[in-house]
Amino acid sequence: MLKRTPLHDWHVAHGARMVEFAGWEMPVQYTSVVEEHNAVRTAVGLFDVSHMGEIRVRGRGALPLLQHLVTNDVSRLSPARALYTPMCREDGGTLDDLLIYHLGEDDYLAVVNAANTERDLAWFRAHAEGAGDVDVLDETDRWALFAVQGPRAEEVLQPLVEADLKRLRYYHCIPGTSLAGVSGAIVARTGYTGEDGFECYLPAGAVHEAWEAVWGRVQALNGRLCGLGARDTLRLEAALPLYGHELTETINPLEARLGAFVKLEKGPFIGREALAAAKAEGPRRRLCGLRLLERGIPRAGYAVHRASAGGPDGSWEAEPCGYVTSGTFAPYLHQPIALALVGGGAAPGERMAVDIRGRLVPAEVVPLPFYKRGAAAPGS
Amino acid sequence: MEFPQDLKYTEEHEWVRASRDLAVVGITDYAQSELGDVVYVELPAVGARVKKGASFGVVESVKSVSDLFAPVSGEVVRVNGALADHPEKVNEDPYGEGWMIEIRMDDPSELEDLLSAAEYAARVE
Repeated sequence: MLKRTPLHDWHVAHGARMVEFAGWEMPVQYTSVVEEHNAVRTAVGLFDVSHMGEIRVRGRGALPLLQHLVTNDVSRLSPARALYTPMCREDGGTLDDLLIYHLGEDDYLAVVNAANTERDLAWFRAHAEGAGDVDVLDETDRWALFAVQGPRAEEVLQPLVEADLKRLRYYHCIPGTSLAGVSGAIVARTGYTGEDGFECYLPAGAVHEAWEAVWGRVQALNGRLCGLGARDTLRLEAALPLYGHELTETINPLEARLGAFVKLEKGPFIGREALAAAKAEGPRRRLCGLRLLERGIPRAGYAVHRASAGGPDGSWEAEPCGYVTSGTFAPYLHQPIALALVGGGAAPGERMAVDIRGRLVPAEVVPLPFYKRGAAAPGS
Repeated sequence: MEFPQDLKYTEEHEWVRASRDLAVVGITDYAQSELGDVVYVELPAVGARVKKGASFGVVESVKSVSDLFAPVSGEVVRVNGALADHPEKVNEDPYGEGWMIEIRMDDPSELEDLLSAAEYAARVE
């Protein structure tokens, strides 16, 4: 039996195409992935992402536990702020990537990928045992979560909250606030689209009122409902990793270009030795961005070849060097793009080729992210 | 959803508009709606041979890759080159500007194996 978010019936009534995702029945699109994607780039989009897992970690032992579990330095996280971090195994392979919100003294909310919630909970609990004075609570069903993303996101939310959102900076949050009259909310300036925006955590039983109010504002500002389809293409244009693709138990965060979120100097944590060794050696493979130079769409799992100059006739030779972790036709950039894990890494400008159903399609290594906030669409 | 009466259909969601020994082929309104935004269509070259029931190309939406299956056997005599730059025509006008290939049929009696509009509609609705 698939799990449903509190807004499930609302989505169906509003024309959503529902699909199974990580054990949940979620809206993948309402009208068109391309239209939803571009609404977020140019105006605003509203996403139900209540499938995300929430793990509350409380008590005097909360900070030491989190410091032990994740690679980023949670001790530098002051209250009302958020932090992004990978979580690794002893061998450096990635178990998950998560956001940690510091809600108050000795009180943290870890937001994890839906597909990993059960495993993460077991992992947190196993390491909390004997750690003393720390509670690990599964709050996944307690919270509904929606994201308001895009250049007009602040305009959407401002009339519905008391705080001055201009003063809420990126990766800061307001715990224990109210949204459209619904109390007990957390409003955070975080997101997964490469745009400015907010993620709003509401008590699950009271989310409808807040959602309707926000939806009213989104419509008034020419925004759209967005499904998981647009969420995926938006994050890919912004080169944000998706667990199961750019990160897995056999890919370490250094390979996935997340070295900035691995703080080897913070003290002991799970995976530290392996990651220190990997850093000293230099990663054997590294994520890079590809843009296809001819028609075709690179997809996850397709082989990537390194092109080298061949004969004087301009021919070239190719040697397999890795694979595509995520690829799509980028709706805003209007070109085929891919993230690929490539042996030895690759520098922008280097020539590669992607094996698309047996045809080697030339590609160029490009700087990441593909899309930077505020950039104009090509040809616009 | 629209399934014109004068067309024949396959279970794999292609349509055929036949006249004498020529058959124009595309994908149905249902297929384009299920796929979502079409962003790439890979078609055979003029002169290529296609075989009934075998893949003759690929249609890709933002999210997925799907094979295109030939409703009849024969030789490709025309290809809709406009889809290279405007694959969205498949969504906007699946029975018109979104057509894909024209086949000179080896055996027009193969058309008899295809579904009528009513039969196809019953399968997808």
